[in-house]
Amino acid sequence: MSALLEVNNVSKAFGGVVANQDISLRVNEGEIVGVIGPNGSGKTTLFNSIVGAHPIDGGSIQFRGEELSNLRVPHIARRGLLRTFQQTRIYKQMTCVENMLISVPHQREGLLTMLSAYPQATYDEAYEILEFVGLYAKRNLRAGELSFGQQKLLEFAMALMDKPKMLLLDEPTAGINPTLINGLLDRLQHANRQLGITLLVIEHNMRVMMNLAQRIYCLAHGQLLAEGDPETVRNDHRVVDAYLGGQ
Amino acid sequence: MTDASISTAGGAGKAKIAGGYSTLLVLSIAAPLLFPAYVTQFTFLWILVVIALCWNIMGGEMGYNSFGNIVFFGVGMYTASVVQVGMFADVAQYTAAKGGVSLDLTVTQYLVGMGLGILAGAVLSVIVAGVLGLGMLGLRGHYFAIGTLGLGIAAGELAAGWEYIGAGSGMVPPQFPASLDRGNILYFMSFVLAIATFFALRRLYRGRFGLALNAIRDDEDKAEAMGLHTTLYKTVAWCVSAFFTAMAGAITGYVVGFIDPIYVAFAGITYGVWMVLMTVLGGKGTIWGPVIGAAVFHITQELFWTYLLGWQRVALGLLIVLIVVFFPKGIVGYVRDKFPERFGYKVDAATADAATDPALGQTAGKSGGSQ
Repeated sequence: MSALLEVNNVSKAFGGVVANQDISLRVNEGEIVGVIGPNGSGKTTLFNSIVGAHPIDGGSIQFRGEELSNLRVPHIARRGLLRTFQQTRIYKQMTCVENMLISVPHQREGLLTMLSAYPQATYDEAYEILEFVGLYAKRNLRAGELSFGQQKLLEFAMALMDKPKMLLLDEPTAGINPTLINGLLDRLQHANRQLGITLLVIEHNMRVMMNLAQRIYCLAHGQLLAEGDPETVRNDHRVVDAYLGGQ
Repeated sequence: MTDASISTAGGAGKAKIAGGYSTLLVLSIAAPLLFPAYVTQFTFLWILVVIALCWNIMGGEMGYNSFGNIVFFGVGMYTASVVQVGMFADVAQYTAAKGGVSLDLTVTQYLVGMGLGILAGAVLSVIVAGVLGLGMLGLRGHYFAIGTLGLGIAAGELAAGWEYIGAGSGMVPPQFPASLDRGNILYFMSFVLAIATFFALRRLYRGRFGLALNAIRDDEDKAEAMGLHTTLYKTVAWCVSAFFTAMAGAITGYVVGFIDPIYVAFAGITYGVWMVLMTVLGGKGTIWGPVIGAAVFHITQELFWTYLLGWQRVALGLLIVLIVVFFPKGIVGYVRDKFPERFGYKVDAATADAATDPALGQTAGKSGGSQ
């Protein structure tokens, strides 16, 4: 399998705090890869580095063979690498449908497309994906009125609308009730298998990770601690120590 | 944005809306004929509607509070007159005479000159907006507001120091030929401009443009993370805003009959503040808000001026305070919060039963997005 995303020796420090040190990871096309690690271990910093939210201090990030570390956020997003946020971010005063419509791919944007109306096909597509995440009935509500869990689903639906090649999910199940988590898991797997979207997921919920990920990377104190299939990583004593604070 | 969902309300709703528009149209055409004494006031009403609608593009739909729109108002006003004069005479000589030169233009010459002048003003303002946007639109929130406030003041000072356009003495637009009905011509020009602005914006808001502006308002970082060309959208938004504001400014120059650099053209403390006020009063981020806000503002202002002479500014100030405190979302915003269903913000009852918990009763095997 070819590597879709390749992160090589990436480092990032904020002043004296080293958030990421020589992190290397690789995600192959079609995979679901997990990133775990205690709070403050540098997972979200790594995501921010990948999507270009801040410049990195060293190393290289390649997506489909193209170097990303010199590109800015919207340029990287247009190349098919999207992320969702840990603190869910949707457009609160817009309706769910509007949230979906504006999330269409923006690769080719000229004055004509900017000022054009949406064709019916785009509406249908938005409705279909909203139906898929179970928000169709609430499509005309303002997104800010949805519950937190529903907002997470909407953010995921918006990402699907953009037809990404790869999706970085930052704690997709945090703050969601257990029933909803199962539904979300199914949908993530569906996106991966049926829609062919490669996933890189940050997650604390080990049950979710075990069910979802094919490989897992574990970060601690800004460094890569362990990697491998879920079973190996879960039984790695260093990982257990990092999470539970053992010696 | 709300009228997109209103339009789906069905045939009866559509007929009602069409009826409403026709009534407004008839009233607007009849108004200057029935009340010829008030024709200048009616003209100002439409001009205020246009500049409020334009300010709303930035401040309402996009969340960028621009105090710099007055620049386009002034640029449009000066350019129209300068181009019109320049077509038939030497501008420097004309302005040096401080209005003492009569051009004696024929009706055709005058109207063609005025039309081209207004168009030139609009085009120049779009260019100015594009250039200023490169520098200003990188600023967000309060920084953008303060930065643009500086633009308006700077433009006024520049105009007041430039001899070619009359410097501090200002400039007088060419006299209307005596055979033309000045009042009605300017009224219908401003009326047509207001209609054009309204429907152009309504059309733009329904498409990608409007949603992109709203997305930038709600969360610009998210919009960037979703790959939106935010800078491009912001610049185009300002250019659209400048285009119509400039034409309103140009017409205002002819209505007032004298272009003072600071009190008429780059009048930050009157038109510059009013465009913000009217939008806030009517409801930011709605298409009807600025229209209603402008009407209410203009009427109350004239009533205060007539019945509370000497205290009119105090009364206006008090009104502003009351509006901000009790109707922070404006008239349309208030109504929308009270009756969200009427604006289309409602749960689809036909499919609602399955949606109490999105995860329940649905299987992931359902078809997802078509690729």
